[in-house]
Amino acid sequence: MIQFDAVHKRFPNGTTAVHDLSLEMPEGGVTVLVGSSGCGKTTTLRMINRMIDPTSGVIKVGGKDVTQQDAAELRRSIGYVIQQSGLFPHRTVLDNIATVPLLLGHGRKKARARAAELLETVGLAADAGKRYPHQLSGGQQQRVGVARALAADPPVLLMDEPFGAVDPVVRTQLQDELLRLQKELNKTIVFVTHDIDEAVRLGDRIAIFRTGGHLVQCAAPAELLARPADDFVADFLGAERGLKLLSLKTLADVPQGPAPEGGTWTLVLDEARKPLHWAAKDAEIPVRPLRDGDSLLAALDESVASPTGLIARVDADGVLTGVSSRDDIHTHAGQAHADARIAA
Amino acid sequence: MYELFKNLAKWLTSGSQWAGTDGIAHRLAEHLQYSLLATLIAAVIGLPLGLLIGHTGKGAFLAINLASFGRALPTVGLVVLVFLASGLSMWPVYIALVALAVPSIVTNTYAGMTAVDPDVKDAARGQGMRGHQVLFQVELPLALPLIMTGLRLALIQVVSTATVAAYVSFGGLGRFVFDGLAQRDLVQVLGGAVLVAVVAIVLDLGLSALQRFLFRHRTAALR
Repeated sequence: MIQFDAVHKRFPNGTTAVHDLSLEMPEGGVTVLVGSSGCGKTTTLRMINRMIDPTSGVIKVGGKDVTQQDAAELRRSIGYVIQQSGLFPHRTVLDNIATVPLLLGHGRKKARARAAELLETVGLAADAGKRYPHQLSGGQQQRVGVARALAADPPVLLMDEPFGAVDPVVRTQLQDELLRLQKELNKTIVFVTHDIDEAVRLGDRIAIFRTGGHLVQCAAPAELLARPADDFVADFLGAERGLKLLSLKTLADVPQGPAPEGGTWTLVLDEARKPLHWAAKDAEIPVRPLRDGDSLLAALDESVASPTGLIARVDADGVLTGVSSRDDIHTHAGQAHADARIAA
Repeated sequence: MYELFKNLAKWLTSGSQWAGTDGIAHRLAEHLQYSLLATLIAAVIGLPLGLLIGHTGKGAFLAINLASFGRALPTVGLVVLVFLASGLSMWPVYIALVALAVPSIVTNTYAGMTAVDPDVKDAARGQGMRGHQVLFQVELPLALPLIMTGLRLALIQVVSTATVAAYVSFGGLGRFVFDGLAQRDLVQVLGGAVLVAVVAIVLDLGLSALQRFLFRHRTAALR
């Protein structure tokens, strides 16, 4: 667990980057620090591994005051990923990943073996290890950055806008990958971004900062979306925060019935009973089958696009299990909002 | 004119001209010895200075102004000055040559250090490298191409200027130039000058090629 207790940071030029911050970042969870630029989120992150020292207040990692520890040793025990990856351009990918194990004196052979293992963990081919960073794409470089941070198996991972510089498609892939990794590794992650969608997607808790280094609200994404503390938070979450909340809820509890037969539109299946498309007399409309784990937002989107207002539900193998109606989805969406408000 | 070049070619290629203690081979060896030793001393002084200024960011004005100082320095004047002060020895020559070489080395080393991407330095610190580890494992290797350029420039300048050794009665290829002038032997003057130029060009090309080979894995921006 990471604890901030009455932390202030004032820079020599007089600007206050962080103002009286008290915050707990739970162990094994993803805490996202979010806010517009100049709100102190990056400063907050960098105070955890002593890249910046606070002006006053105490920061503890695992119960130990960070300023009482040797800065270099502290940093070796905390994974650190930055935007643009910050890879060493003169070292191969493998040696980049092996950085911290080598600093810890693990020996070149052992460090490289560990690095090779991590290449696979972050979804890179083994032959990428012999390459130099500039020979990789932006997304691949960012994966290497994550692998480097994980090399010494630190319990805490600090990520400073790690996916800020890659295109939206790759960004989504990297987010998925991070969620998958986190399920496996269960690290305490502190993640800085200015993208609220990324925050909602990745965070177990989201801390919203306002210019001047004030923490405005820190809560689970659903709570934040359902009950923003003030207008600033509501504005930051955006006009579609109702829909964003639905992205957090799954379709599993929405009731389903048998697919309709004999109407204008029928759902066409292949021989394995996998949905192909909606068909009328002389028209076909594509169908996007949804699984139980998909979000209510995806279901709503599909039901709006569907000519019958029905969505096709499938099991893990893609075989049709039934359909759900727009009305049922709406009812559940309303229920989800009500629940979130009451829970909060 | 044609006659002059014919005589020059003969002078450069005749076996007797190359042999002996006042032959081309021996003068060339002396010239290289002066140049390499002076550049080496300059590197010992200039490299740590450039690295320190680049790493700490303190004293940048020195690194920047040293370049113009180096250009403005009258080498022959310095040789004569030290010669008058210390008497007849190699000291004046080495002091002048080192003073000539240090600015290029310091300035290029400093430039190489400041060209290192701040994100990369930040990441190095963030991974837990100490100051000296950031310097030797990240900054120095990344600055190395520009550092080598500085050393190369310094060496070329020194090679071209090491003729002044002969001005205060020592050897080197300058011997031919100054003796030729004294004896009104234009071919010998020209021969000495051509040899100095050829040595400088060969060293420049050779070291450039070495640099390209050493940094072949890097993008153009990092070479």
